[in-house]
Amino acid sequence: MRRWNPSLVVGLAIVGLIVVVALLSFVWTPYDATLVDPAVRLASPSWAHWFGTDKFGRDVLSQLMVGSRTTLFVGLVAVGVAAVIGVPVGVFAAMSPRWVSEVVMRGNDLLLAFPALLLAIMFGAVFGASTLTAMVAIGIATVPSFARVIRSGALQVMRTEYVLAARAAGRRPFPVALRHVLPNVTSLITVQASVSFAIAVLAEAALSFLGYGTPPPTPSWGRMLQESQEFLFSAPRLAVFPGVAIAVAVLGFNLLGDGLRDRFDPKLEDRR
Amino acid sequence: MILRLVERAAVLVISLAVASVLVFGFMAVLPGDPARVALGVNASDEAVAALRQQFGLDRPLTTQYFDWLGGLLHGDFGTSYVSKVAIGPQVADRFQVTLWLVVVGMVVALVLAAPAGTVMAARHRRLSGLALSALSQLGVAIPAFLAGILLIMVFAVKLGWLPANGWTPPASDPGMFLKQLILPALSLGLVQGAVLTRYVRSAVLDVLREDYLRTARAKGLRPFPALWRHGLRNAAVPVVTVLGLQLATLLIGAVVVERVFVIPGLGSLLLDGVSNRDLLLVQDVVMVLVVAVLVVNFLVDLLYVALDPRLRVAR
Repeated sequence: MRRWNPSLVVGLAIVGLIVVVALLSFVWTPYDATLVDPAVRLASPSWAHWFGTDKFGRDVLSQLMVGSRTTLFVGLVAVGVAAVIGVPVGVFAAMSPRWVSEVVMRGNDLLLAFPALLLAIMFGAVFGASTLTAMVAIGIATVPSFARVIRSGALQVMRTEYVLAARAAGRRPFPVALRHVLPNVTSLITVQASVSFAIAVLAEAALSFLGYGTPPPTPSWGRMLQESQEFLFSAPRLAVFPGVAIAVAVLGFNLLGDGLRDRFDPKLEDRR
Repeated sequence: MILRLVERAAVLVISLAVASVLVFGFMAVLPGDPARVALGVNASDEAVAALRQQFGLDRPLTTQYFDWLGGLLHGDFGTSYVSKVAIGPQVADRFQVTLWLVVVGMVVALVLAAPAGTVMAARHRRLSGLALSALSQLGVAIPAFLAGILLIMVFAVKLGWLPANGWTPPASDPGMFLKQLILPALSLGLVQGAVLTRYVRSAVLDVLREDYLRTARAKGLRPFPALWRHGLRNAAVPVVTVLGLQLATLLIGAVVVERVFVIPGLGSLLLDGVSNRDLLLVQDVVMVLVVAVLVVNFLVDLLYVALDPRLRVAR
């Protein structure tokens, strides 16, 4: 097994960088990210403000740094929600009799008809837009893909001899699921979590862009993009910085997912 | 074959029914009633009661549900609680606009992905294949609305070739319609194309390993003709599935892209509905989007069978 592959290395490096920046932003940013300073509004990049300032004179670099926290936080909670619901559903479906499994997976498929963004907009309409509704909605929308992947992994494990032996020895389904099935699908969970994280980052950015995500003044990359739209002619860099941040973050989590998949399943390596 | 069709159709009908209950139920359990939400917190109790009665919100939920569903089946989407205007005609108008975006976006994606993915697979160990792979990874990471902003920056702001936003119906000025359609359709299509390219690549790679392709090569066919005659139809089956899923993504992507380009489509209608607290409108538009996704998935299922005759005897 090749331990390291390019996707994994680059993915880990990008995700690591974002995590470090997010942690650093708790103790240090060049300026207070929400500090309004009319004297320097729309300033171009300079030594004082590396990435320039926005229409309120807020430092763009500081906003980006604090925004990375929002991105990671929303991603973590959304993926957590998706995994906590999706993994048990997938394992349950795999261990159930055929017709139960069929019903569960049909319900699961139905949820696929509600994409993350649509669900989040619905949640926003009913409960009001907030980071919490965005995270929960994105999480719920990501459940079906988790359940599907885990079910097919668990089905394979169920056919192995050690599971058959455990069942034959009279172990009840729940302990078997916990002791034998779950540990053997952790690699699938890790890969799916990384891929889902990328989806969550995209959905959060889109929601904030539409004004249904993290409310101001908390910095968020999506809203920075939305605010930049009126300055596309005069200060396009305001769109470039958060845009690059979003794209790099998504790229990082996608590469990490790909790299982990190749590492866990070397047979697939050739295909990517 | 017919059995499969009936089975799929039954699943579609059940899914539609459950989806309608979900959408209705979700909107019905909100903390506050739609009339109060529509009129705002300062409305008098009498005004709220009057509105509730006017729109039948004082009836039992099951009655309201079947009334709503029956209306939808007859093309009657009800009347907005806020603007008091019939919702059906608005939805129909806006849906056409969104459909243009989605269909042209899909065409862009296909035109881009089919050749690019095939080349990437056929040359997956060469530099050109790897370069295309890296490019598609980057494309996957860029959301459609960001692509839209970047396209505006280049083609509207820097070069001034195309309008930055707006929408003209095709009937009133076809030239302007096309000009305004290009950038939004490209932003949707380029991104979906990048995603699709990766699926085309892996589907073609799978086919390349098949015995029948080796036989075709052994007969003396050159790589691309062999792939063209024997491989692509087989590779199409998994790609069609993804295409179906992507149509759903495109529909939702259009919601955001419409915001970027100030296009009066279904997405703008939905977002306006949310900001005006017009809950029936939101409920209707969400239902339309979900129905569209489910119907597309159903059609994809049928297309499968048309593409792969082996599936016809499988059941």
